[in-house]
Amino acid sequence: MQTDPSHYMIELREVTHAYKTKAGPLPVLDNLSIKIPENSFCAVVGPSGCGKSTLTRLVSGLMKPNEGQVWLHNKLVTSPRPTVGMAFQNPVLLEWRTILQNILLPLEIVKSPMSKAEAVERAHHLLDLVGLTGFAEKRPSELSGGMRQRASLCRSIIHKPDVLILDEPFGALDAFTREDLWCTMHDLRAQEPFTCLLITHDLRESVFLADQVVVMSGRPAHAQYVLDVDIPGKRTLDDLYAPKAVEMLATLRHQIQVAQGRTTDEDAPPPPPKPARSQPIPGAMQ
Amino acid sequence: MNDTARKILAPTLFIVAILGFWEWAVWYNDLPDFRMASPSDLIPRYVQFWDLFLVKSWETLWRTVVGLGLAVVVGTLIGMVMGFSQFAREGLYPILVGFNAIPKATVVPIVALMFVGQHDFNTVLIAFMISFFPIAVSVSIGLSTLEPEYRDILRSLGASNFTIFWKIALPKTLPEFFGALKVAVTLAFIGTNLMEIVSPHGRGLGDLFDSGRISADYPLMFAVLFALAALGILLFYVVVFLERIFAGWAERSPG
Repeated sequence: MQTDPSHYMIELREVTHAYKTKAGPLPVLDNLSIKIPENSFCAVVGPSGCGKSTLTRLVSGLMKPNEGQVWLHNKLVTSPRPTVGMAFQNPVLLEWRTILQNILLPLEIVKSPMSKAEAVERAHHLLDLVGLTGFAEKRPSELSGGMRQRASLCRSIIHKPDVLILDEPFGALDAFTREDLWCTMHDLRAQEPFTCLLITHDLRESVFLADQVVVMSGRPAHAQYVLDVDIPGKRTLDDLYAPKAVEMLATLRHQIQVAQGRTTDEDAPPPPPKPARSQPIPGAMQ
Repeated sequence: MNDTARKILAPTLFIVAILGFWEWAVWYNDLPDFRMASPSDLIPRYVQFWDLFLVKSWETLWRTVVGLGLAVVVGTLIGMVMGFSQFAREGLYPILVGFNAIPKATVVPIVALMFVGQHDFNTVLIAFMISFFPIAVSVSIGLSTLEPEYRDILRSLGASNFTIFWKIALPKTLPEFFGALKVAVTLAFIGTNLMEIVSPHGRGLGDLFDSGRISADYPLMFAVLFALAALGILLFYVVVFLERIFAGWAERSPG
């Protein structure tokens, strides 16, 4: 078993995991390896039910893999750690707290060098960044879905985590709100250093936000394909319509179809640059 | 009409209308007061027995409140055990349902024999027994249906189970808890009166009701019913008041 520290911020080494079910073990991940350098943004896409959410639970330490290792900041992950921030598709704001109190919640658990006043100031600063100026004293029920998700993002980074895990946080939003939030994500990253792991179903989102996109195969999943998103400088939504991005999207679309078992590389319509590992997956979703 | 005025005026109007109709119906049918008392028959009884009403109401009230308090504590504890452990939930549920199905009127003589002479204790016990069930069930449902994400936002930061319970599970269950408490309040009253009437021991409004029955004083019996209703309304709105303080966030403002 390897025990040498990882040089990456997040590294999954040959992670294999199965859930116990009544019908026997259900293998979800099979030799999944992902490497994410510090302060970079990695998006993971894949067919539904391929174990993407399992991945977030493993990286956050909520679960331990059957086999393989998860490394976070040169430390083997064995339990949850306070240097991680999480946001989900459901913003899970506590209805009985104000937005400000919701955002400060992680600091009630995590020991932080920030004083109470500094924390409040930071919360207000983050609220300004995500466009929620003046909403600190409102209740979650007074906010729209997109605004709640913005508040949830603030909460996930209030304690200055070095790793941010996003499990489809924009999935339930309408298209325009979603694009707004993508831009907010870029603004946040420009100001706050963190390494981000984003789980998503939206290929455009993955290309717009990430430095690398990992395509997971069907269940049990491995990393079928890794796309380096090479769009330098500050990204705008227009970049998504540039030929380069369109080509990347076509490649990803094709890889997803391979992952779903709908096609093989041989009859590939778009020319994918370098297919990593791909074969029709037996028993994949049809 | 503003909100507060309506909240006071509307029920007053309805009460007056119903009492008026009742008075009229008794008068129109020319019913004697040993068949149906009318509201005007009750006033002399209140005047005559006012001191007694105060003492007996207090006896009923405090025993109900203590029984209810016991139901809150024990019901919440049982609910917590059932909410957090599926094993306990599956094991305890049929027992609770069976216990709840036993008519408490049949338990009264048993309790009265078991703790002979301990009238206050027995009354509190019955009030408790009849009212803890909805609290236990609602707390257990509230805890067991907590979405995993709520747990995960704290668990991913390394929070203990107790912290998760204290900061998230408990406050999130409060609206269900208060819903159950409103049901439990009225049930606890039934429990107290059951003891007072089925096992007479000279205390509470149930005793006053019994004296009315024995001396064929129909208007007195009706007067007791009204006193009970008044106490029930009082306690119910105390719960509503507490709910507004502790779970007011669950109430959506209209519009």
